Formats: sequence, structure tokens, C-alpha cells
Amino acid sequence: MHDTLADLWFRLLNLCRKEFLAVLKDPKSRTILVMPALVQSLLFGYAATYDLNDVPYALVDDSRSAASAQLAAKLDGTGVFRRVATANTPAAERHLVDTQQVLLVLHIPRDFERRLYAGEQVPVQLILDGRNSNTAGSAASHVAAVVADFNRQWRERHGGRGAPLEVAVRAWFNPNLETRWNLMPGLIASLSMLQTLLLTALSVAREREQGTFDQLLVTPMTPAEIMLGKALPPVCIGLLQSTLILLVTRFWFQVPMAGSVVSLYAALALFTVACVGIGLAISAVAASMQQAMLYTFVLVMPLMLLSGLTTPVRNMPPLMQTLTWANPLRFAIDMVQRIYLEGAGLAAVRHDMVPLLVIAAITLPYAAWLFRHRLV
Amino acid sequence: MHDMNGSRGFVRRLAALTRKEFRQLLRDASNLAIGIALPIVLILIFGYGMSLDVKDAPVAVVLDDASPAAYDAVAGLRLSGAFRPVFVASMHDAVALLERREADAIVRVPADFSARLGAGGAAIQLIVHGAEASRAAIIANYITGALAQWPQRRLDREGGPALAAEVLPVISSNGAVTIEQRMWFNAANTSTWYLVPGLIVLIMTLVGAFLTALVMAREWERGTLEALFVTPVRPVEILLAKIIPYFTVGMVGLALCLAAARWLFAVPMQGSLWIILLASMLYLFVAVGMGLLISSVAKNQFIASQVALLASFMPSLMLSGFLFDLRNVPAVVRWIGNALPATYFMELLKTLFLAGDVWPLIVRDCAVLAGYAVLLLGAARLVTRKRLD
Repeated sequence: MHDTLADLWFRLLNLCRKEFLAVLKDPKSRTILVMPALVQSLLFGYAATYDLNDVPYALVDDSRSAASAQLAAKLDGTGVFRRVATANTPAAERHLVDTQQVLLVLHIPRDFERRLYAGEQVPVQLILDGRNSNTAGSAASHVAAVVADFNRQWRERHGGRGAPLEVAVRAWFNPNLETRWNLMPGLIASLSMLQTLLLTALSVAREREQGTFDQLLVTPMTPAEIMLGKALPPVCIGLLQSTLILLVTRFWFQVPMAGSVVSLYAALALFTVACVGIGLAISAVAASMQQAMLYTFVLVMPLMLLSGLTTPVRNMPPLMQTLTWANPLRFAIDMVQRIYLEGAGLAAVRHDMVPLLVIAAITLPYAAWLFRHRLV
Repeated sequence: MHDMNGSRGFVRRLAALTRKEFRQLLRDASNLAIGIALPIVLILIFGYGMSLDVKDAPVAVVLDDASPAAYDAVAGLRLSGAFRPVFVASMHDAVALLERREADAIVRVPADFSARLGAGGAAIQLIVHGAEASRAAIIANYITGALAQWPQRRLDREGGPALAAEVLPVISSNGAVTIEQRMWFNAANTSTWYLVPGLIVLIMTLVGAFLTALVMAREWERGTLEALFVTPVRPVEILLAKIIPYFTVGMVGLALCLAAARWLFAVPMQGSLWIILLASMLYLFVAVGMGLLISSVAKNQFIASQVALLASFMPSLMLSGFLFDLRNVPAVVRWIGNALPATYFMELLKTLFLAGDVWPLIVRDCAVLAGYAVLLLGAARLVTRKRLD
């Protein structure tokens, strides 16, 4: 009894229109689909930085010599370190760190200058606030660089022999190692994921809750067609959100894009389809909107945290790394970073595309099957 | 208006309503999924899955100088346990490894390395992959440090005047400052130690704000809340009956986190447990108040969940100083961060876990949290009453 292709298109188009209307007819919903993506990409673009630019520190200078003043001046001259206190007792030092007035204390010993002239190695003590060990580690390496610079100058002025072993460091794909450069491409994939999943999961759950899903099932549409009609609008919305974040990344934060826009969109489209597949599978399982939302959320949290966005996948233990094979976001972030920052082509990211294809190829038919076989 | 026959009626009505709310909460498995299962999953992920520590990172090593000295210089990379040197034949192979991300960095010893060693000015080239910027920076620092120690290590090991002539110019012999570094509160620099306090903030926000907003919005959407308004119960009783179950679920989540912090990950608890509990309860009031307020303004499940995410969860992950230090961000973002209750709770928890009872911080942060709790719960109460009129 199957009819022509034109009929199929007609039905599909109508269902899509209905789905778009369901999401977009409410002005509050329209806003919520655009604003969060924009606000978050701007805010997080500024917030997400491991790069230090203001380190309050305390100096304990027991030496009070020309040499120690020179070292301190070097530290102050970086523009990163800001001397907020000059402590003189261990208790005062402790208090400054405890109350977070300073991130580090630099303690220069009494015999600093004398030992330097004597050609000895003089230890200075560096105390760091380890409550945020990330910042502390980063500050420590800044101090190390300043001290190395001081040493070189000292040797030059005071007739040292030879230069130390040089290590010439270069960073590829992100020469200044700016966190924003790798975070923003990651956000292009991840910020839209949650809403894509939710929209899809809710669209079926809402009809279930209101009883209109049964009506949809008795129409001439096949489950596969219903699934397509439900899947297309969220894919479009997800891609629109990714586009917003992409524009912010490229033009607001001016992160240079090395790869091609076509490859990027091909990758994003595949990722969004995989997400929609997962969303549909959730909605087929959930009995109410509330359940659909909560299950989506319970799923999204691990997906976000184990995606490599905030901490690298390779730092995870082997078991967790294996689990991330089921995480579409992990592959999407890798893909987008490679295409955006490194200029990789689609062939170079095929190892990321295959798992996404597999996820879509499992979840979409599963959802269509459930539509037919699970009437709640 | 209604008869409010004294405190006995209040208690009776509240108890009945609370019982209903508890039943409603326990009936749907998805509520418990977010209240209990998600904390457990998150604890495992934060404790075992997430780490900023560099361990066993593959480093491609290219020796254009085949001398023993060149080999010895890079062999030090193996010592720290942070790196695994992979020797490759040419720069071309090394670049291929880096591009496939099978190596995090390339260390290249140029052909003139041992020739220039005696005269000074010997250089080693280091290339890191910048796509994971923070990891790359850590790796660059570690490798630079490991390579810089080599001359001294060699001298200590082999000694002798002949070697001294070769290596000594490299070790500056003319007075130099060295750094004796001590990391307070987290000497071993274990990232779990600072992730776990962050985890507690996340879970409390999730249960308090997200779950409350969602479940309340459902009642608004279905009109069951308005049905309650025509009964003799007072708005304050409705709100209290709503708060109690989610507060309880939040406290169960907290207990799970504290137990995991203590026994699973051995995170130190320098400060007093009572103050940790007190601060957590204050923050839970803040989060529940936020959830109530969001739901009564949105009155729609989808929008409420989105606003709750936008206003509570994402900021507490990204803007509270949990992952990214607020000292490094532009002023506007810092102000936003400083306006968030999560920021104060985060600071307080990190201090209580790692540093101890620092009273000036405790008093200030608890006062801020209490202020937010009063403000948000008061506002929720106002909005709920308005609806009755």
C-alpha cells in the first residue's frame, strides 16, 4: 500500500514543520535556544584560562641586598606578579597564604648576596598555595623562568663561564599555549550537545505525556518516518547553535581557523545526528518529560566530564578511556580541534567519524523500533 | 482568610504535605537517579577519571647526534615517570607521531650537540603539541626541568676532572639562584584533592537548584500547585514541604561525597567537619531557593531546566574558580563569578578541606551564603504568594 516518494516528502515536511512550531512558537523557547549558546561562549571564552596574569605575592627579604632587590624587581617587572605584602615573620606569612591574600611567598635568605658572589648555589624558598594546584604549578613555572633569567644576567655581569644548557621550546598549533584556543573549539561541539539531546528527548516525551504520540502512530507514517521528522529539527537547531559559537570563536575571540568550513560542518553534522539518536533513544525509554530530562542530564554529566574538554582523555585510567569510546562528545571535540586548529581534513579524522557513525547507526533504528513496540 | 488554628495545624499540614512530597520524590526512579546515582557516578569520575597530572606521556626523541652524551642527556626524561621516551629515526617520523597525537612532544638533539657541549651553548630543541594548551605548558616545564638537571646528574654519577671540563661550563659555576619549592596544602600536587571539593559544589547545585526547579516547574505546568492553593495550606507550608525532601536528598549526596573524599580518595579534612556540614547546609538552602525561584518564574519544565542550567550548574562549573582561577579572568567575568554563591562555597570548601579552619574566610563566606539563602528563599516566598492573589 506504499505510496509515492512525493507523498513521503509531503508527510515528512509537515511533521518537521509541526516539530519546529512546537519548539519555536513560544518566544521564551526561542530565546532559550539562542541566548545560552551566545552568553556561555562569551563568558566561558573569557573565564576559561589557565594563563596567569595576576599573581599577588609576598616577599620575605632577609637579605636586604642589592642582589635580592634585583631579583624582586625582576619579578615585579613581569607584570604578572603583584607584590601585596612584605612579611617578616613565619606567622604573618602563614596568615597571608591562609586567607588567600597571596598565592605565593618568596623567601630570600639572609646570606643571599654573599653566597652568590662566592659562586655558590643559593636556594630561595618558594611557598605556594596548593588549594588550586593548577594555578600554583603555573605560577611556580613563571617564577622559575624569572629566576633563570636572573641567573643568566648574573653570570653575564659577573663573568660566569659559558652558557647553560639551552632548551628551545616551541608549541605547534597554538604558539602561545592559550587555553582559549583549545577550549573554544571544544565548546563549539559541547555547548550544543545538551540542548540537542534535551530537545529531542522532550519532543517525544511531551507527546507521550499529552497522549498525542498514539495519534501520531496511527497516521499513515512509518516509525522510520516519524523518527526522521523528530530528528531533523533538533539537528538544524543544534547546527545553528554550533554556528553561533563558531562565529564567536572566530570573530570575537579571533582564534585563527586552519581547516575548512566544509569539513567542520560535515563533522558537526555527523556529531549532531549521533546526539539526536541518543536523545531519541532516551525519549523512547522515558515515560514523562521529567524523566526524559533527568535521564538526559544524568547521561550528559559523564559525557561532558569524560570528553577531554576540561581534562585530557589520555590522563584517564585505561578503563575510563575505554568507556569514552561510547562518548560522542569525545570524538567531536577531537575532530573539531583537529579541523579548526590543525587544519586536518576529513580523511585525517576518520578515526573519530567511525564511532559517531556507529552510535548513530545503533541509536536511530533502536528509537524507531521502540516507537513501534513500546506504547506507554 | 483561612483558619490557621495555631501551631498544631501548621505542623499537621506540613507533615502531611511533606509526606506527599517524599512519596512523589521516591515514586519516580529518575529523581533518585539524579539525587543518588549521579553523585556516585560523579564521585567515580572525579576521583578516578579526571586528572590534570601528567603521567607516562609519550615523547618522541630524535637524536641527530649519536654520541653517548646526547643519549644520556635525554635518558633523564625517563626518570620522573611523567614521560616515556620513544626513540625515532628522523624528524619526519617524529612529526608524524605528533600529528597523530601519539606523542605529546618532540625532543630533538641537534647534530652539533656534543661538539658545542664543551664550549657551552649546547641546545636541545623541544616542540610541544599546543592543542591541549595547559597540558602542553606543564609538559614543556617538566621536560625543560628534566633536561636542565642532566649535567649535574652526570657529574654526580661519573665525576672526574675530564668530565668536569666537559660538563662544568653547563652547570653554572658562578653563583646561581635555585628554587626550593614547597606547595602548601597539597604537597604532592594531587589533582583529586582539589577536584573533590568542586564535586561537592556541583552535586549540591544539581540536586538543589536543578532538581527542585524541574520538579516544581512540572507542578506549575500541570496546575497541581494551584490546586494546592485552594486548600487551607499556606504558601509557606507548601514551600517548606517542597524544600524538606530535596534538602534531604542533597544531604544524602553530601554524605556520599564526604565518605568518598575520606575513605576512597583520602582527601585531607583539615578543617572541622561541623563547619563543612554547616556551610553545605547553607549552600543547599541557597540552591533550593534558586530552584524554587526559577520554577515559579519559568512555570515550564523545558525553560526551567534550561534556566537552572544556565544560572546554576554551568556557572558553578566554569565560573566559581573550580577549574579556572578567578584571579586570571577579566574584571567583568570576575565580578560575575564573585556574584555567584557557588564561588564562596567553593572557596570555603577548598580551604576547609586542604588548609583548615581559617576563621576570617569561614565567617565571611558563611555570612554571604546565609545572605543569599535568606534573599532567595524570601523571593521564592514572595513569588508564590503573588500567585495566590
